[in-house]
Amino acid sequence: MPVKLTVTGAAAVAHAMRQINPDVVAAYPITPQTPIVEYYAGFVSDGIVDTVLIPVESEHSAMSAVVGSAASGARTMTATAANGLALMLEIVYIAASYRLPIIMPVVNRALSGPINIHCDHSDAMMARDSGWIQFFTENHQEAYDFTIMATKLAEKENVLLPVMVNLDGFITSHGVESFEMLDDGVVREFVGSWNPKYSLLDTKNPVTFGPLDLFDYYFEHHRQQEEAMTNAYKELPRVFEEFEKISGRKYDFLDLYKVDDADYIMVVMNSTASTAKYVVDQLREEGHKVGLVKPQVFTPFPKKEFQQVLNGRKGVVVLDRAMSFGKEAPLYSLVKSSLYEVASRPSLGSYVYGLGGRDTTPEMIREAFEDVLQGNLIADEQRYLGLRE
Amino acid sequence: MKGWKDIPIGGVIDKPATAREYKTGEWRIQRPIINREKCTNCMQCWLYCPDMAIGGRLDGKKMKLGEVNLDYCKGCGVCAAVCPVNAIEMKPESEFI
Repeated sequence: MPVKLTVTGAAAVAHAMRQINPDVVAAYPITPQTPIVEYYAGFVSDGIVDTVLIPVESEHSAMSAVVGSAASGARTMTATAANGLALMLEIVYIAASYRLPIIMPVVNRALSGPINIHCDHSDAMMARDSGWIQFFTENHQEAYDFTIMATKLAEKENVLLPVMVNLDGFITSHGVESFEMLDDGVVREFVGSWNPKYSLLDTKNPVTFGPLDLFDYYFEHHRQQEEAMTNAYKELPRVFEEFEKISGRKYDFLDLYKVDDADYIMVVMNSTASTAKYVVDQLREEGHKVGLVKPQVFTPFPKKEFQQVLNGRKGVVVLDRAMSFGKEAPLYSLVKSSLYEVASRPSLGSYVYGLGGRDTTPEMIREAFEDVLQGNLIADEQRYLGLRE
Repeated sequence: MKGWKDIPIGGVIDKPATAREYKTGEWRIQRPIINREKCTNCMQCWLYCPDMAIGGRLDGKKMKLGEVNLDYCKGCGVCAAVCPVNAIEMKPESEFI
């Protein structure tokens, strides 16, 4: 029987990892990710899991260690945040290019500078072209569920890509909330055992990882990565379906909230979606036809799903918790480009909010909704919620 | 050359000792031509070749000049430059097409 646990999001993720029981976890602390690897180190030292925990001296080493471990055929995980991800980044690309199904919770935090340890999505957006699959999760339940689903997806033979499970720093990672934890055996059976095609430890079938790959084959290997992303997109509905069977929780590329008859739609990721749902409820009571779209899968970007849900709406506002200096905000630019070919394009607005952990109130969300309700949107104007002029 | 569907993923090399199959001399624009009549088998070219493209063989107890392995010769011309009897001439690849 599933049990209800009331813990922090970091503990929820650590419990998902405990149930998956990976062979190797590399641990390096960075706020606000630290409690994940702390809880996990506790499970290791208490003998609850038989994972080899590798305490390393930096995130660069953590990612290097997990690349080596995954190449040896071990089921491997690590976790990080913000500047830790930045320090990993060189090897983050390599993990994806070597096609190693590493799972990494990323506790979203502002990238310096100036120094800030609070939540925004600039770290995840920095890694968006690294070739990792990226999930975004609203709360404890989703962070737990997607960590389990990530393992299932990453290890599929036609995918073999690493996965980042993003959860909001402090808001999700440190906030205490209830979530439903599946039985250990159910999770173990769902993720199954990992039988890698290639292993550095298989001395009977020796392989080389990471050869020089100049102009003769590098291009072809990157084309393979693109194909793996396409396969991940095709496999995801199957993973969602299988997960629904064990949990009763139905997931999709996009979480749709009151969109069926909505003329005006907000697009926002992670924990802010909870606040936005509250505002949608308020506006609905006032008679406005508003709804919310929360992308759960960011890479591979669910372009077709966005087209289906946004085609023919009157107005769409996209909220980004990251900036892309000199360009359009990352989520907005992807939503906008997916609408290029739809029959009836909605008017569009781009809003940047919550940088560096700036509190995002219902009033701010309402401000963006009011702009769209009044037809006051300019597609090429980036606006700010909660910024002091 | 193989296409992206026909190669192992991630650049994995799935069998050992394949380095010999990696021909590194394809971009050569000059190749050494040895005049065997002038050659004294002093083996300076063999010694200086940075890629072991110039072969040697044992004839009794004495080393003798072998063949040039063009799969690995980059055409750098060091062999011709060090030859004390000018037995090696670098000729443009275009002459051999």
